[in-house]
Amino acid sequence: MSFSGAKIIQPLCIRYPDTPVISDQAANRITTSSPFLGSTRTLRRIQSVSAAQRRSASAIVAVADVVKEKKLKSNKNHLLTKEEGLEVYEDMILGRVFEDMCAQMYYRGKMFGFVHLYNGQEAVSSGFIKLLKKEDSVVSTYRDHVHALSKGVPARAVMSELFGKTTGCCRGQGGSMHMFSAEHNVLGGFAFIGEGIPVATGAAFTSKYKREVLKEADCDHVTLAFFGDGTANNGQFFECLNMAALWKLPIVFVVENNLWAIGMSHLRATSDPEIWKKGPAFGMPGVHVDGMDVLKVREVAKKAIGRARRGEGPTLVECETYRFRGHSLADPDELRDPAEKARYAARDPITALKKYLIESKLASEAELKAIEKKIDEVVEDAVEFANESPVPSRSQLLENVFADPKGFGIGPDGRYRCEDPKFTQGTAQV
Amino acid sequence: MWGILRQKVGGATCLSPQGVGSHMLRLRPVTSALRNYSSAAKEMTVRDALNSALDEEMAADPNVFVMGEEVGEYQGAYKITKGLLDKYGPERVVDTPITEAGFAGIGVGSAYHGLRPVIEFMTFNFSMQAIDHIINSAAKSNYMSAGQINVPIVFRGPNGPAAGVGAQHSQCYAAWYGSVPGLKVLVPYSSEDARGLLKAAIRDPDPVVFLENELLYGESFPVSAEALDSSFCLPIGKAKIEREGKDITITAFSKMVGYALKAAEILKKEGISAEVINLRSIRPLDRATINVSVRKTNRLLTVEEGFPQHGVGAEICASVVEDSFGYLDAPVERIAGADVPTPYAANLERMAFPQIEDIVRAAKRACYRSGTMVATA
Repeated sequence: MSFSGAKIIQPLCIRYPDTPVISDQAANRITTSSPFLGSTRTLRRIQSVSAAQRRSASAIVAVADVVKEKKLKSNKNHLLTKEEGLEVYEDMILGRVFEDMCAQMYYRGKMFGFVHLYNGQEAVSSGFIKLLKKEDSVVSTYRDHVHALSKGVPARAVMSELFGKTTGCCRGQGGSMHMFSAEHNVLGGFAFIGEGIPVATGAAFTSKYKREVLKEADCDHVTLAFFGDGTANNGQFFECLNMAALWKLPIVFVVENNLWAIGMSHLRATSDPEIWKKGPAFGMPGVHVDGMDVLKVREVAKKAIGRARRGEGPTLVECETYRFRGHSLADPDELRDPAEKARYAARDPITALKKYLIESKLASEAELKAIEKKIDEVVEDAVEFANESPVPSRSQLLENVFADPKGFGIGPDGRYRCEDPKFTQGTAQV
Repeated sequence: MWGILRQKVGGATCLSPQGVGSHMLRLRPVTSALRNYSSAAKEMTVRDALNSALDEEMAADPNVFVMGEEVGEYQGAYKITKGLLDKYGPERVVDTPITEAGFAGIGVGSAYHGLRPVIEFMTFNFSMQAIDHIINSAAKSNYMSAGQINVPIVFRGPNGPAAGVGAQHSQCYAAWYGSVPGLKVLVPYSSEDARGLLKAAIRDPDPVVFLENELLYGESFPVSAEALDSSFCLPIGKAKIEREGKDITITAFSKMVGYALKAAEILKKEGISAEVINLRSIRPLDRATINVSVRKTNRLLTVEEGFPQHGVGAEICASVVEDSFGYLDAPVERIAGADVPTPYAANLERMAFPQIEDIVRAAKRACYRSGTMVATA
């Protein structure tokens, strides 16, 4: 299959639970209060479904119906098995406890610089990443600790990295915003908004290239690109939506719409705040999901990842979520309305999952408590490990700048500098 | 233009790091060479040199692919990628939409996973739209990931002024990219440089910025038989002494090497023997070769087309002052483009970039300290 696909793909519209199907005209009538104030307005989930697509949507309706908790369903129609439920719960608890510990450590001076915490958004990370294989890739932004943890990077390695110790996943050279793990295919950790999206698109391009050019027929690796609502206004985002759809790359664009970009409300910054709509404009499905409900996220993720794996192309998924803490640990978080924060706190994804697991008898209170205790120990152990780890040695300053360190050039004695065994011991002057 | 016949003394196919000054060259005008030497070297344009280098590297390694605007069906905006689409197909010669940031980032992302992209910018002026990816996600990634993820990518395209293309199409980016740790920056001059350095760049495991020159694409240079070999590559970080001399060292790169050589001929008639160094590599800069040369000649003149402040010449001057201050008999002369956005009018554009007479005048100034300073030089 060549890359120059000129055919325009009809966007697949996925029906959403709890949402009425509205006609095209009705879809345009979105009521809002003031266009400037974000916090009191709830986002409405509206899609337009054309008649032709109702047929294709019908296959998905069956699953959507399951999500509506009709009491007449029997136990075997649960959305996930007990093992999966516990795995997801454990992952979300790990994310929450880890981030809370980061805050503690930051205020004690062990962590420094820019630290951006993920509290409240765990459903998105666990909902998506727990469906991936090890060979699939994840690209994130500076709010990347939990993405790395969900993908399998050990808590010890992440905590050490945050402390700036040499045992960190990037030997202390990356930091909070630059989590990389080649083993787990975590491709960063980027501080620049939107920078990760083209990189993720490139990783997806590689997957397709390997299948088509290098003839690795079973290469169906999927890439997930996580980014926020602010990024959805950035040029690189649109460039990549275009190319991913054009070349049908195996990528899922996951927007973690937490309504705020530092202090800029999404509604003050965006002409059309419904980000999922930008997908069909480029020829890919756009889906909106409640990002505070890990089960709903997981259902959408399964479809989007499945689409990508089968070679059907990209999907844009907008997850409506919320960060309980400020943008970073340095953010006083004064602009957000406390009532809004309280409303979302009531929808805490971990509490919701716990309630679901207990009510559907997939797990007992005791089992969940055991998981929480275990995670507490894991995180404490990570802190201890990080505390005791050594800081990088002086010679590490000049290491890893190049894969081929001849890039440091030739020294005054006419030989390559890197061939001098004392090269990294000296000063940084090159 | 001056053709240069080169004879390597005891050269190997791929030059290994040797002591500085091992490039012994004899230079004769090409016209007499063609008459006297029956095994005259083949001539090749820089364009063909780049095309053949790309072709050979793509044939040798299926991970190498080319991506950029007009590289495929248009055969390349400057025809550098001519014929590659037919040979390797659209999956490996990828025409992109006008999305520099997007496709530069896609290149980086694919390099993360082990492919070897060659990203073409139609000119390096357009690389400014992708500079975030060149610097932040390509150059810095190996360091930020502590060696886990290296980025074997090449960003190539024409750099610097062309003819009458105006301010936004004429900037030289050697100094900007040359200041970034984690990048390698190469500036070929001749066809042999183009072939050898591009092959080395594609094989290199680190990000390489490959600055070509549009006006050199059509110029022919003789290439030796070993340069035509498909395993030929030049070492990154070694400058080349194009012409030996003993009175003044002139460093230059890209098109200015040709100008410097012509200036050297003029200076020879006036009794000044100029040594011309073709830098070939801006980062890493071959300080060793430059310093050995300056210690021999005691005078230095740097030539570049880019803006003067914080330019390549400034770096060379600083490095010579640091390493060889006692050997300098005259202040370092620095010739650069004028400190103005490039004008369009032909006469003004000519004044905005170094010309051969500027090089000659500055060299004389370095030798005798006479003559006036002019705005352009």
